[in-house]
Amino acid sequence: MRKSGLPWKPGSLQPAPRLARRKTEKIRGKHAALCFATMAVMLGLPLWWKTTETYRAALPYSQIGHLDSMLLRLRVPVSVVFIQGSLPIVDQQKLPFTVVNERDVPLKCKMKLKCRFQLAYRMAGSHEEKAFKKDTIEEAEAALPLPKEDTLGSLNIFVIPEKSSLLPKDKMSYIGPKRTAFVRGTQVRQALTVMGQRILQVAQSMSLTDEVLAAALGDRLPEDKVSLDKRRPLKSSLGYEITFSLLNPDPKSHEVHWDIEGAVENYVQPFLSLLSVVGNFSMDSQILYYAMLGVTPRFDAASSSYTLAAYSLPHVINPVEARLGSRATSLYPVINFLLYVPERAHSPLYIQDKDGARVATNAFHSPRWGGIMVYNVDPSAYNTTKYPVKVDVDMVPVMEVFLSQMRLLFGIPPPQMPENFLLGDPPREGLRSWEVDRLVWARTVENVATVVTTLTSLAELLDKIGNIVIKDNVASEVYRAVDAIQEAVVELSAGNLELAFRYSREAVTSSEKAFFDPSLLHLLYFPDDQKFAIYIPLFLPMAVPIFLSMIKIIVENQKARKDIEKVD
Amino acid sequence: VAMAAPLVLHLLLALLLGSGGRSGAEPERDSLREELVLTPLPSGDVSATFQFRTRWDSELQLEGVSHYRLFPKVLGQLISKYSVQELHLSLTQGFWRTRFWGQPFLQAPAGAELWVWFQDSVVDVDKSWKELSNILSGIFCASLNFIDSTNTVTPTASFKPLGLANGTNHHFLRYAVLPREVVCTENLTPWKKLLPCSSKAGLSVLLKAERLFHTSYHSQAVHIRPVCRDAHCVSVSWELRQTLTVVFDAFTTGQGKKDWSLFRMFSRTITEACPLASQSHIYVDISRNSQENETLEVSPPPTSTYQAVVLGDRRTYAVYDLLNPATFSGSRSLNLQLRWKQFQDIGYIHYQPAQDRLRPHLLEMLIQLPANSVTKVSIQFERALLKWTEYTPDPNHGFYVSPSVLSALVPNLVGAKPANWEESPLFSTMFPVSDSSSYFVRLYTEPLLVNLPTPDFSMPYNVICLTCTVVAVCYGSFYNLLTRTFHLEEPKRSRLVRWLANIIRRIRGVPPV
Repeated sequence: MRKSGLPWKPGSLQPAPRLARRKTEKIRGKHAALCFATMAVMLGLPLWWKTTETYRAALPYSQIGHLDSMLLRLRVPVSVVFIQGSLPIVDQQKLPFTVVNERDVPLKCKMKLKCRFQLAYRMAGSHEEKAFKKDTIEEAEAALPLPKEDTLGSLNIFVIPEKSSLLPKDKMSYIGPKRTAFVRGTQVRQALTVMGQRILQVAQSMSLTDEVLAAALGDRLPEDKVSLDKRRPLKSSLGYEITFSLLNPDPKSHEVHWDIEGAVENYVQPFLSLLSVVGNFSMDSQILYYAMLGVTPRFDAASSSYTLAAYSLPHVINPVEARLGSRATSLYPVINFLLYVPERAHSPLYIQDKDGARVATNAFHSPRWGGIMVYNVDPSAYNTTKYPVKVDVDMVPVMEVFLSQMRLLFGIPPPQMPENFLLGDPPREGLRSWEVDRLVWARTVENVATVVTTLTSLAELLDKIGNIVIKDNVASEVYRAVDAIQEAVVELSAGNLELAFRYSREAVTSSEKAFFDPSLLHLLYFPDDQKFAIYIPLFLPMAVPIFLSMIKIIVENQKARKDIEKVD
Repeated sequence: VAMAAPLVLHLLLALLLGSGGRSGAEPERDSLREELVLTPLPSGDVSATFQFRTRWDSELQLEGVSHYRLFPKVLGQLISKYSVQELHLSLTQGFWRTRFWGQPFLQAPAGAELWVWFQDSVVDVDKSWKELSNILSGIFCASLNFIDSTNTVTPTASFKPLGLANGTNHHFLRYAVLPREVVCTENLTPWKKLLPCSSKAGLSVLLKAERLFHTSYHSQAVHIRPVCRDAHCVSVSWELRQTLTVVFDAFTTGQGKKDWSLFRMFSRTITEACPLASQSHIYVDISRNSQENETLEVSPPPTSTYQAVVLGDRRTYAVYDLLNPATFSGSRSLNLQLRWKQFQDIGYIHYQPAQDRLRPHLLEMLIQLPANSVTKVSIQFERALLKWTEYTPDPNHGFYVSPSVLSALVPNLVGAKPANWEESPLFSTMFPVSDSSSYFVRLYTEPLLVNLPTPDFSMPYNVICLTCTVVAVCYGSFYNLLTRTFHLEEPKRSRLVRWLANIIRRIRGVPPV
């Protein structure tokens, strides 16, 4: 600050040059201050900005934003083959042509979902005609030549003459174990329209039923469409670990043997080999001794047996689970199947349902966890003095129960068809091809929905918290996920279910990897007070003089301007 | 797991293929032997050594579905996934006082010790080792996840495979000790869960955590190794030994008395044998020491006795067979003295120097010691400052140096018959010895606690503040110099000051202002 108002010592300097010198000195000071300020702004600020910046790789924010409101079109390619005599001649001449039927599925979120059935009508070839000369419908189906397009998700529907004896009189359609169905034709006017409705109904019940969509979309559907029962299936995952455990709480009285090797080989492996499209499965079994249920069963004097009531079943699992042992070597979800041989003091043991009636299978299951079956020892075995009693488990009923539970856990409920549909028996392995297709449809849609949620919330999070470091590998995973999900959507609308499923799985893997990358957390919790603790001792003493001299320069300038105005 | 619903199943699966019944009575593929050795120690304390051996006649490495009966599933999966040849994990609290207690059957260093032989099919041993230690850390609730390259060594001589091994290429061996590890109930519970009879029947009933940790020494271990299935040794079986050694203190647990009983030690008694065990024995050391006049009385009287040369000495054990219907109550103590000699002659030295922050020092010496001699091995070291993030939360506690290991073949005092390895009790067959004239001993010293110089941890902030102050001061004066205008100024004095100055000037003879 300049000090003024004092008389200059006479004789040292002449007043005029002294004043001029003071003025130049003042201007020099002003320039120096301005210089400091510019240096601080031009050099210091960028330097500080550059050195303290967190690395944030660019992300496809706009593409992720579009995902949220995208249109998901599920195309089901259906080839419809008319056998001679199944249509009026007039309509036959119109063939071949393709009809597209599109149905909107209402969703709670911004995403739109459309099911599109593409029905390709054509007349039957001579090979196919020959097959329908057979006596029963199963034989006819077996005699059919392999369709050209027997890919995952596609359907083949044959329309047979109205008077055909292949179907029982009261049945309108037959759904086979493969991707094939037969529908009875008609001779009425507008036959194609009538048939169109029938075919659509069959095609729908073989692929995208409401159950399938509910299993896939869960809480994205409006409330009235979802019931608790539908939320049972396991989440989509790359693989599953299946563990069969035999619980023997009373090895003093029972020496239990089970032929799990044979059962796995004969029943479970064939079943799972059909599901191998959906994920990798690995199995093992174990026997646990002294593993008790958490509930003491009630004695029922009337039948001299013990019962487990429905309301106590939730308490059964937890104490047992401590013994089951988590699988340490992989991260896939574990599905447990427990066979419980009750201790001698508590047998026979029966499970009661909510109405107090005995459950016929003596089994129950817990969604997304697994199933438990109680296996009672034949009471006549106790007519011996030699303990422990040898118990050979009959694996057929046990595996029937476990496989039915497995179907439920994977979200393949027993199909419910209208009255006039005839349902073919499942093949030896226990799963119809189109049931697997329905599962793949559900899983693909579920994966797409999961990826959309994951990516949207990740983008939102990264956008909101600026402290998060986004490394290149995270960014590349996000890009990969976005690419894969777009591919999946394209393949879905093209009707290539298998490719779409593969892409959707890729997208899930990449998006989860990005979302759970530990590098996101590195600088997340760098508190602001520590920042200030470091900045204040350095920046305050440097910034205050610059600010003050700037203010002073501005004030002086204004004053000078006012003086000039006054002079004017 | 919250929801469960009874289910009316639609049994639509026609599974009537094959007979479904069991395919005849196949021989048991796995067996369990359990035993407890009670040894009254010379100091009046008593040691209890549990061993549970599960043998599984199966090739664990095979891919595909595995079916577990007595062998715990979680360990089986671990072995097959990481192609483990041998695994030895011990968690120990306290230090075995060899001078007062004599030789232990099973030796372990304080803290956690893990050594693993991998099969030669493993490509990246370090990665497998890291993953394996992490998983074991989860299984046993121990901080084995802190095992990394800084505390892992590959010994070349001391740790040979204890089971069947094709080659002993030490590249497939990893050894680590965490001396700081504190062993507690949360480590015992998962260990107990691995037992087929859990803690419901047989010897495992005695494993009450509250008592086991109220002891002066607690060491639990898991040893997995491949062994010969039969005398021909054509096929391989897997052996899992779960061992637990505790030393009950005569003063804290026994109230100063040398009378011991199972109830006094474990506050439990055995009511039944584990029905799954093919052998279930309790051994009580009742050998007489000629220098002492005390005799040991055990009641109820043992069903039989067993004599063996154990750790170079002939010992007599009272044997109780739990599978033989009988009841037991307790045991007594006896003074037992052990004396051993030391020798000197260095034969083989392997020294692997440390690399900072990568691996520790390894010094191995093969020495033959003359009788009645004292051998000192000393290593000089310098105390260095660590990087400030490398200090533990309580650096003033000091830093642990892993205990040193002494593995020795000691000649037997008495001659012994070569016993059938498979038949003899478990405690004498842990370390395979080729000829019976000597026995194998492994001693661990106490971990060394070193005080390192610790810096003032507020230093970084002080440095920041100091440099900032210096910068601010320099910068401030520099700024002032450059931006301010300077001119001379008449000193302005108050009238009083001027009057005083004039007086002084007058005195000095200078004209007044």
